[in-house]
Amino acid sequence: MSCWDIVADFGLRSLGIGERVLPRTDITLCHQFTLIGSGMIWNLYFGILALGFGFLLATGLAVAKASRAVWLRKPAEWFIFVFRGSPLFIQFFLAYEALVLLPRAGIEIFGITVQTAWTTRAWAGALFVLFLNTSAYSAEIFYGALRSVPKGDLEAADAYGLTGWKRFRRILWPTTLRLAWPAYTNEAIFLFHATTLVFFSGFPAFQQRGDALYYAKYFAEKTFNPFIPYPIAAFYFVMLTLALIGVFGMINRRLNRHLPGASRPRLKVRPQIIR
Amino acid sequence: MFASCADPSSLEGLNWLLCYLTTGKHLLFYSSFLVVLLLMAITAPVALAFGFGGALAARAGFWPLRMLGKGYTAMVRGVPDIVFFLFVPVAMDQGLEWMRHKVKCPDWDAPIRQGNDFLVCEAAKLPLSSSPQIWHEVYGFALAVLAFSIVFGAFAANVLYGAMQAVPRAQLETAAAYGMTQRQVNRRILIPQMWTYALPGLSNLWMILIKATPLLFLLGVEDIVYWARELGATKSAIYDYPHPDWRVWYFLVLLAFYLGMTRISEIVLGRLTARLARGQATMAGEAMRKAGA
Repeated sequence: MSCWDIVADFGLRSLGIGERVLPRTDITLCHQFTLIGSGMIWNLYFGILALGFGFLLATGLAVAKASRAVWLRKPAEWFIFVFRGSPLFIQFFLAYEALVLLPRAGIEIFGITVQTAWTTRAWAGALFVLFLNTSAYSAEIFYGALRSVPKGDLEAADAYGLTGWKRFRRILWPTTLRLAWPAYTNEAIFLFHATTLVFFSGFPAFQQRGDALYYAKYFAEKTFNPFIPYPIAAFYFVMLTLALIGVFGMINRRLNRHLPGASRPRLKVRPQIIR
Repeated sequence: MFASCADPSSLEGLNWLLCYLTTGKHLLFYSSFLVVLLLMAITAPVALAFGFGGALAARAGFWPLRMLGKGYTAMVRGVPDIVFFLFVPVAMDQGLEWMRHKVKCPDWDAPIRQGNDFLVCEAAKLPLSSSPQIWHEVYGFALAVLAFSIVFGAFAANVLYGAMQAVPRAQLETAAAYGMTQRQVNRRILIPQMWTYALPGLSNLWMILIKATPLLFLLGVEDIVYWARELGATKSAIYDYPHPDWRVWYFLVLLAFYLGMTRISEIVLGRLTARLARGQATMAGEAMRKAGA
């Protein structure tokens, strides 16, 4: 059995396509690389979608937190405190247990029965938690950046007669993004690392469709040898991190394209760990 | 625990709740909070020591030592820390057993890795299979502490390295001009000065450490997450205190515990920051000097 056959059998195993039974005996290096790589699909799925939706909510939350209206500011502050102040691991557990309590048969809203069973599945439930979590972390970053927009920029906007939405869209928001981008890059890396927690935190891996770390743990337990699967998972994540730095670096260059070369902030990557 | 709790089936309302919350298993649940606090209390100084060593090594003049320090700090970058939490305990366990195996059973000729098994002789097992249960738990906890310390040590090394670089160079050069040796400069100028620069990073790390403690559960330690799942699960009528699925309430308690820890830490660290800024050549220190004068 050549390595290509293994790739054909297990390459999309994490999505439930291909061989049904996971390898038990004669586990080769190729098996491990293929299956752990296949699990990376889930890490990418969670990371990209949570980051995308989270970006929108985070912008709203940051504006709300910076707002002078108490009824906007307080809920945003509490949301950010709760999600930044507690472990993601506990948030996953709590969300899962809460979703399990939803009535099995579905909820009746305006005569339409809404199914609830899918919410306890990792692809929906865990994604929702990750989305809220990254929104809170990013909102804090954006809020900090929003507060450090140079006073001169705002005065210039006033002088041009820009107000309201136009002022936000043309002046505040681009500068906020520019200032927040290095920190936001770290948050993105940090979020992709956090996706490895999903299948260790209550959400079951349906038909053994798990993420990279789920399969790495599977191999470590089957072979009693942690020295191969974990470094493979680590290798994939280092690659992912480098790719992220590349993409975010490109966006960073675009955000700063109007600045003279020397004053452009360089991305300084300091990935954090568990949240 | 109380005499009135002898017959749970006859209890009602608040009495039932009081008896329920003081069962033996619940007392174990409460003590597992101490396990978490103990983990933080041990890990924080050990990780700080690892980080200190790493940062000093990364600054060393001797090339291999410098590479070792830099390699250590680079290790945890780019890789999810949970990979280390899963990897380090197993690797340490196998490493220790392998070493003991080599020392204690030199005449053992079968290979240690037989296919998918890791086999060492009886005498090399850690802890010995004859030792009492408590030693197994202590050993598991110690491995967990070590994994936490190594990972957080690398992050602390990063922070301390940056803080050492941030101490104004002129001060170190002045010290050297006064005839201090490198070691004296480190001890008298660099290390006392660096804390104010290191504190923001270290307080960040402390917050992360608090939030990383539920991962103890993954390492098989009976921590608060373990007990929350255990106690909250549906208890049928064969139990003394039957109840439906209450896990979500238990996890709410854990959430409140962590939010409380975070809030207290924020307050304490804020005070510490103010204390350390005193007399420093930084903006905060300058503001304090002006307010005092």
